[in-house]
Amino acid sequence: MRLSRLARAGVAVVSLAVALTACGSRDEGSGSLVDKAKNDKKLTIGIKFDQPGLGLQTPGGAYEGFDVEVAKYIAKELGVDANNITWKQTPSSQREDMIANGQVDFIVATYSITDKRKQKVDFAGPYFIAHQDLLVRADDKSITGPDSLSGKKLCSVQGSTSAQKVKDKFPQVQLQNVKGYSECLTGLESGAIDALTTDDTILAGYAAQQPGKFKLVGKGFSDEKYGVGLKKGDTKGRDAINAAIQKMETDGSWKTAADKYFGPSGYTVPAPPAITEK
Amino acid sequence: MSKAISILYDAPGPKAKQRNILYSIVFVLALAAVAWWIVTMLADKHQLDAAKWKPFVTDSRVWTTYLLPGLQGTVIAALLSVVIALPIGAIFGIARLSEHVWIRVPASVVVEFFRAIPVLILMVFANYFFVHYSSVPLESVALFAIVTGLVLYNGSVLAEVVRAGILSLPKGQAEAAAALGMRKTQTMTLIQLPQAVTAMLPAIVSQLVVIVKDTALGGYILGYAELLTQSRTVSNAYSNTIPTLVFIALVFIVVNFALSQLASWLENKLRNRTKGNRTTVNPEMVEEQAPGMKM
Amino acid sequence: MFDFLSKYDVLGAFWVTVQLTLYAALGSLIWGTILAGFRVSPVPLLRAFGTAYINIVRNTPLTLIIVGTLLGLSQTLGVTMGTNVLDSQNFRLATLGLIAYTSTFVCESIRSGINTVPVGQAEAARALGLGFGQVLGVIVLPQAFRSVIAPLASVLIALTKNTTVASAIGVAEASFVMNNMIENESDKLFLVFGVVALGFVVLTLPTGLILGWVAKKVAVKR
Repeated sequence: MRLSRLARAGVAVVSLAVALTACGSRDEGSGSLVDKAKNDKKLTIGIKFDQPGLGLQTPGGAYEGFDVEVAKYIAKELGVDANNITWKQTPSSQREDMIANGQVDFIVATYSITDKRKQKVDFAGPYFIAHQDLLVRADDKSITGPDSLSGKKLCSVQGSTSAQKVKDKFPQVQLQNVKGYSECLTGLESGAIDALTTDDTILAGYAAQQPGKFKLVGKGFSDEKYGVGLKKGDTKGRDAINAAIQKMETDGSWKTAADKYFGPSGYTVPAPPAITEK
Repeated sequence: MSKAISILYDAPGPKAKQRNILYSIVFVLALAAVAWWIVTMLADKHQLDAAKWKPFVTDSRVWTTYLLPGLQGTVIAALLSVVIALPIGAIFGIARLSEHVWIRVPASVVVEFFRAIPVLILMVFANYFFVHYSSVPLESVALFAIVTGLVLYNGSVLAEVVRAGILSLPKGQAEAAAALGMRKTQTMTLIQLPQAVTAMLPAIVSQLVVIVKDTALGGYILGYAELLTQSRTVSNAYSNTIPTLVFIALVFIVVNFALSQLASWLENKLRNRTKGNRTTVNPEMVEEQAPGMKM
Repeated sequence: MFDFLSKYDVLGAFWVTVQLTLYAALGSLIWGTILAGFRVSPVPLLRAFGTAYINIVRNTPLTLIIVGTLLGLSQTLGVTMGTNVLDSQNFRLATLGLIAYTSTFVCESIRSGINTVPVGQAEAARALGLGFGQVLGVIVLPQAFRSVIAPLASVLIALTKNTTVASAIGVAEASFVMNNMIENESDKLFLVFGVVALGFVVLTLPTGLILGWVAKKVAVKR
């Protein structure tokens, strides 16, 4: 049977589509990220792009925040200039996969060290200990902690467990599910929502952005140890990053960065944590 | 259309004109009341503060860093979808016209299935499918998922457009081709399809409007950086959710309105060219279509 | 194999989908008919309003409209939709958004239905001295509706599918629950998709077939 011109064109387009779907190879980077940094003088680091105070893409297209500062410091210690860092956005649900696939060399993105995650990736650090906390309107005196949330409206971001944890403990809480934290803030400001819960670092970033409007309740009710996520088995990389974090904490850059990004909200910056992931 | 308007009522006389003016005034007052309420509420919530709106005019970075790249994301996803969906739609549309049952029936089942399912379900499924079973880089998974969902859905819609386009041709066209001794494939590709494409063009353009709107859905839910999703980054940077949504809506309306106008312009042009002898596939019919029903 | 389904309220989620569809269908049928009335009315201002409404709402993504009802209408303008319970508030907001959007399609279907009614019908009515409201309400619309059942069925099915957008503001309908299921049971991706897809096929296919049959049955023979 002769294939007509059109059918052939159609087949070509379909196979192109298939090829498009199939391509997108993942380079399975082998060896330690330390060697990669030394040889290429380049690093790809995963951060958040949408969290004020931690990792935020500024209107100028640059990146700023505490996580970004930590990442830059580590890169510097590994011999990579800040200009040679490729920043990648790492959504919470994809962080383990992105490390395993070698799409990022390491991740500094409010990445809590948990046993479940440790089955898939290795952590260095922690470089910060955050606590789950509540963000409320500055003039709201009725909420003093999670136990006073009964009957209140709590904003929750789908895929995040922090609000669900509160709801499980205090079933009287009403949850408003939205897709991103910025949607929560509008409602919190107007009074349609009473509280927003997640790590105090993230909340402090939001509070600092609009001074005087919101406050942290300040009763942290869990410990979130932020670690630097990297490929499982890269002990050399982990030791190097740990050394970098240690140095950052002792030479004062850690405190400077923390004060710069968390200070304005009235958040008391704790002492740097001891490194446990060795 | 203009005919339908005029036949429903008599040309207004002096009394009717007065009454129309009265209705207009009442309506304007009602609208003004709603607008006044909205404005007062917005002002009350400090949403009308100049600082929240000014960035869109004075700070070009709002556009260069967030909105235009977002629009670019929308355009990329929409164009990829339509370019891939068209040939697939053509193949399935022709397959549904096949005289072989074993081609026609499976093609119909596939088309009806994907038209019966919400495009969001397809996108969410594709998203997790690519995450778990493919080597697509994760930062492009959302784009791939959106395009896959849109291709599956719009491919099946376009299949119906193609089918209707071919069926809209006068029977004589295929008969004349047969009389000349053309094979079925030749008739289809040399005679029927080229004519059907012109008949389908307006419908295809207006389908683009649907696709553009659906990229916003996929982007918002799956986190692909298209125009609507950028509302988050903009309001993170400037704390101005409402103004951002208003401006993003404006961009969408302008783009889609232009596309709709193009579709109806094409339709008129094509219809006039052949002086009513030829039908076009009505672009309005495509947008929302029931499975299990013929066009 | 299907054990995990009992952990999630799949039926309940589809019930929410059905409720969203029904309320929004009723609302958009009413509002859409009013809009169609505006678009063919003798008052130029109402016609202009109808046209502007259609062009603006149709060209806005439904997702933006529904997110707008939450962030704009509810959280900024303070419209509580007559309830203090967040879940029902979101449900009503989503319904409102769906009505605003779907009514444009209803309006356009009815308007094209009005065009199928022969000129003589309206002319005869006017000759009898009926006013615009009577011509439209008593003579033209009843006939128009019979010829737009098929297009309206298409709109209804599109609406059923569009209810999934309500998940953007946290309404726990089918796609919302699907997302939760997949997140927690990633190994059952195909099964979850199959169940939810089947649910929608069950909802949409009979609607199309039944209403298609009704449309043929009541069509005005001309």
